[in-house]
Amino acid sequence: MTGEVSRQTVITVKKRRPLETLLYAVILVVSIGVVGLTAFLIVYILIQGIPAISVKFLTTAENPILKTVGIFPSIVNTLYMVLFTLLISVPLGVGGAIYLNEYAKNRRLVGAIEFATETLSGIPSILYGVFGYVFFCVLLRLNVSLIAGVLTLSIMVLPILMRTTQETLKAVPQSYREGALGMGATKWHLIRTILLPCSLKGILTGVILSIGRMVSESAALLLVAGGSAMYMPRGNLFEQMSHSGSTLSVELYRYAMSRGDNKTAFGIAAILIIIVIALNLLTRFLAGRLNR
Amino acid sequence: MSETQSIIAVRKGKSGVERTMNLLFLLCGLTAVVCVVFMTLYMVVAGGPIIAKVGFFDFVFGRTWNPENSQFGIFPMIVSSIAATGGAVLIALPCGVLVAVFLAKLAPDRIAAALRALIDLLAGIPSVVYGLLGAILLVPLIFNLQTALRLPTSGNLLAAMLILVIMILPTIISVSETAIRAVPKEYEDAALALGSTRLQSIFKVSIPAAKSGIVAGIVLGTGRAIGEAMAVIMVAGNAAIMPTLLGPVRLLTTSIPIEWAYSSGTHRDALYGIGLALFVMIMAINTIFRKTLKKGGAFDDG
Amino acid sequence: MKGNTEIQKLRTEDLHLYYGDVHALKGINMDVHSRCITALIGPSGCGKSTFLKTLNRMNDTIPSVKITGKVILDGEDVYGKNVDVTVLRKKVGMVFQSPNPFPMSIYDNIAYGPRVHGQKRRHELDEIVERSLTSAAIWDEVKDRLKKPALGLSGGQQQRLCIARCLATQPEILLMDEPTSALDPISTSKIEELIYDLKKEYSIVIVTHNMQQAARVSDYTAFFLLGELIEYDTTNAIFSSPKVQQTENYITGRFG
Repeated sequence: MTGEVSRQTVITVKKRRPLETLLYAVILVVSIGVVGLTAFLIVYILIQGIPAISVKFLTTAENPILKTVGIFPSIVNTLYMVLFTLLISVPLGVGGAIYLNEYAKNRRLVGAIEFATETLSGIPSILYGVFGYVFFCVLLRLNVSLIAGVLTLSIMVLPILMRTTQETLKAVPQSYREGALGMGATKWHLIRTILLPCSLKGILTGVILSIGRMVSESAALLLVAGGSAMYMPRGNLFEQMSHSGSTLSVELYRYAMSRGDNKTAFGIAAILIIIVIALNLLTRFLAGRLNR
Repeated sequence: MSETQSIIAVRKGKSGVERTMNLLFLLCGLTAVVCVVFMTLYMVVAGGPIIAKVGFFDFVFGRTWNPENSQFGIFPMIVSSIAATGGAVLIALPCGVLVAVFLAKLAPDRIAAALRALIDLLAGIPSVVYGLLGAILLVPLIFNLQTALRLPTSGNLLAAMLILVIMILPTIISVSETAIRAVPKEYEDAALALGSTRLQSIFKVSIPAAKSGIVAGIVLGTGRAIGEAMAVIMVAGNAAIMPTLLGPVRLLTTSIPIEWAYSSGTHRDALYGIGLALFVMIMAINTIFRKTLKKGGAFDDG
Repeated sequence: MKGNTEIQKLRTEDLHLYYGDVHALKGINMDVHSRCITALIGPSGCGKSTFLKTLNRMNDTIPSVKITGKVILDGEDVYGKNVDVTVLRKKVGMVFQSPNPFPMSIYDNIAYGPRVHGQKRRHELDEIVERSLTSAAIWDEVKDRLKKPALGLSGGQQQRLCIARCLATQPEILLMDEPTSALDPISTSKIEELIYDLKKEYSIVIVTHNMQQAARVSDYTAFFLLGELIEYDTTNAIFSSPKVQQTENYITGRFG
């Protein structure tokens, strides 16, 4: 009988552990809170912003005399900015990643390039603005212009493109390289026919992330590309790029801060959120799975 | 065997294309280095003179910022930046780690995936949109508090902090989650086998083991918070005075865009000086980040 | 050695290889005979794969490698001045341990080599593809799906495809680095048959750690141990009456 008493049984009544339960509750509450807040914010922006969006809103410029608002110029500016920045940064970023992954043999050089890339990705956008202004606008005499914005953005997204490309290049099996080199392919041939096609998806992911960054950017562009977007785009592309102009994000700031026109600001915010969601879905689609 | 081919090159050395491409790729790789060198150089060239003119001590520790009277003390901004960032990290860290634990250990896979997607989205929202939300939703709430306490209503440090919390949460969550997931399952199994509960094993074993990863998340979040400008401008009230929780503040970052448009001459130089101060702070944080990452790497190898 | 009656294709003279501080090959002197199969055997880490890769300079891609000595191919030093590595590798083809078809169609895999070396004409490429696949004994299995991805083939088929891909550049020597180690027994025997057929036209050097395989297919066998060439002779001689004790120990399974 005494033996029976001292033996532990695993089927005891569940021990109450108040601390444990509390901790579970806290984790759950915080998680639901964060997620709920995110969902709320996104829905709130859409509800506040979508009523402001109309065909006229999207296709005209602001008219102070008629007191109408329109964001067509900043849509065009944003598109130009994205397009030209990609034209500069994609070759540089992809090329740099190829150099690091396929050519570089000197460890110190690799270290220097990787250090530089990390540093660039850690610098806040307002400092890109200051540098871009001092260097591109003043020193290179580009003035406050879209082209100065393009050059500044190109440096900002360079680390994103380099990192994503490098990651996909690393994922290309070494045996493909051996196979091609073993048949007498030159390095450039190997890159052209195998490595680039294999890493296309990853490069596209980098491009999409970069577009997200450019569309979101405001601080740097406010300084180097300027604020006003009142005028309709000029016919001449070169002329358009050499003038100042605001992208959607900068325009949002302008409406909210200097005008206190929150309705328009939310309209732009809703458009930005829709773009962000679209880009996000696109990267997920590219990753080949809608749910991770 | 007469048809055997010679392996001696027709032309000497590597082909022209090969060499050109090699050079081109090298130049692409060097772009980043050149950019960093130029940025450092021009931040110093632009920001150095005003600091030399005012004097390092008076610039960094001066308590009055009054460009019209040529008073360029940025101490209030430095303190405000540190306060806003520090406060934001202090709030975001526990929340972030708890959410990371939930995602990595407790939530069912499909739910975790959906939540992660939502949090990713949070990371992609432009700062101006956060600023707008803060100005419309958060600041009025704090007005009530200020009124109740008979303080003047204005944008304030608390609002700036809370906006920054939301902005750095995705970073802290995702970095911490990755770190917690990287802890070998055997560690937790060992703890479970010794009779600890699920949560005990997570908090006593997994989180300490993921410490360096979580620290990396903190540093990354700190970097992001200290560099944020636009969202903060829209909620912070922007007076260049020493910070109080419910009073208006101006950070290093926000001073630049606020005064940019109407500054010139020495005043503009002073803004460059602020830029340089911020640049130095960011570089210091990045260096710490790299060091913690290296330590983290040592753990991962082990 | 008995090989004097046959034509010598490739010879190494006092070949040393260092990985940084590690001395991985120690003064290898060896002849490879034309239209014969030479097997390299030895325990893993003995340097046999490393040796194989020196023959078409595949070690060039590893930064820390240093090589001294000579590899003479048809009277020309592989490590000499003015050697065009791409031509060398066209002449000395290589098949790898695990099948490594490129992520493209079967046709494009085979045409890859000829295209590298400048062949663009569709008609001739078609011909090369058919000839190579036929030589690699896989034509009948894939002729109806040349445009399908090569990665859809089975492991054994992939390896024969890789052999075909190698043949398409019209090499004179084939280097095979444990070509069957990743395959099932049936695929292995198919590949072995193929290798045996190929020696009519090609000189083949094959690394294997399967001694039965060496005994089955090769004419000559070289035994490597700790970076040294311990014994090299006809396969018959090595397996029936090895002269060195270490060779006998290895063959009888006392270590490795």
